Amino acid sequence: MKKIKAVALYSGGLDSTLAIKLVQNQGIDVLAVHFYTGFCITETKRRRGEKKPDGTHYMNPALKYAAKYGFKLEIVDISDEYFDIIQNPKYGYGANINPCIDCRAFMYKKAKEIMEREGAHFIVSGEVLNQRPMSQHLKAMKIIEREAGVEGLVVKPLSAKVLPPTIPEEKGWIDRNKLEGIVGRSRKRQLQLAKELGIDEFEQPAGGCCYLTDENFARKYKEAVSIQGFITRDDLYLLTVGRHFRLDTGTKVIVSRNEGEGNFIKGLRKNYWYFEPIGKGAVAIAKPIEDRPLTEEEIKQIANIVARYCKTDEEGKINIKYTSPETDLLTESKEGIILGKKPEETLLENWRI
Amino acid sequence: MAVDLNNIKPDITHDATGTFCPIPITELAKVMKQAKKGQVVELLADDEGAIQDVPAWCETTGNEFLGYKEEDGVLVFYVKKTQD
Repeated sequence: MKKIKAVALYSGGLDSTLAIKLVQNQGIDVLAVHFYTGFCITETKRRRGEKKPDGTHYMNPALKYAAKYGFKLEIVDISDEYFDIIQNPKYGYGANINPCIDCRAFMYKKAKEIMEREGAHFIVSGEVLNQRPMSQHLKAMKIIEREAGVEGLVVKPLSAKVLPPTIPEEKGWIDRNKLEGIVGRSRKRQLQLAKELGIDEFEQPAGGCCYLTDENFARKYKEAVSIQGFITRDDLYLLTVGRHFRLDTGTKVIVSRNEGEGNFIKGLRKNYWYFEPIGKGAVAIAKPIEDRPLTEEEIKQIANIVARYCKTDEEGKINIKYTSPETDLLTESKEGIILGKKPEETLLENWRI
Repeated sequence: MAVDLNNIKPDITHDATGTFCPIPITELAKVMKQAKKGQVVELLADDEGAIQDVPAWCETTGNEFLGYKEEDGVLVFYVKKTQD
């Protein structure tokens, strides 16, 4: 018989690592596929210049653990198409702004393409039944698989025994009896299985690379969409950086929280209004909603916000230098120095997103 | 066997500077697909983490990591395609 091949969705987390191991242990050839959605936590950390306490760089969990456990890996960039999905999910959003159902369906669709290209027989997923409320219950699983056109083709080794048999199980490509029947959020069986299968290191807590499930990110996203009516890709990336403020005029202000973010924001200064202290402290960029220059009042307010995060004099004052964006060819460029003064905390909190 | 990185003549060069993990890797993967067996791909990147990523990627794909050097703040990686 021809060698059985499978394509596995791989996040680098413990569940998908175990799922691949269970399938490999039945002599099946597995290609791990990791999707880059554009909402990757590692990418954001790298962009900000963040490092681990031991000085090494954060690594994409899929790449890290595929290398460690010897999985064949393909990283697929789906960020362009994915941006459309998160803007307009057919099945709505989960608890935060993660379009779980649409996202999973899209990944299965892509996995199916890869499966066909590779001449593979089925798809493997590390999903566990009812583990999370939104996408992982049976009904949602069915919708997702129907939507993606992969019904009966997705084997979930961690919960297989409590799920209806799939085509690969019925055809005997994979032995159902050697798979697991895990249900629920307890990680006990997974940890035991990790020991049995020689998985001695994994992401803690369970991996994943997506910040759409992050509450803070979701709050800023919803705020931006409700005020601006739309969101650009650049806006989205900026949601992962800095402290965010919205002035009464609708102008968005982003202030750095650390040196890494400072460098990142500084790198964007040509595209935005840019504020930096003459002295030590945070830097900021600002963008009015409409295509117009900042008003004098806004410049003053932003300088005050920046002063809050700078080493000021005893009166809470510091000089702040500002420049207009360079990309705007129609309006005259503007720059100057303004005395910023720490605002009242209540005022600041009013603006904070 | 040590490879003299200054004497490598890459068959394909790709610039992934300005991008961060995992983009340098997805770009490398695309270029490697175009390359033929035995050809050497040169990848430019400025995400320092790529120093960990490129060898790891080579491990997961079975391609040969020849090494990297730093030139004017840009990291230059060399990867040899070992299979079709």
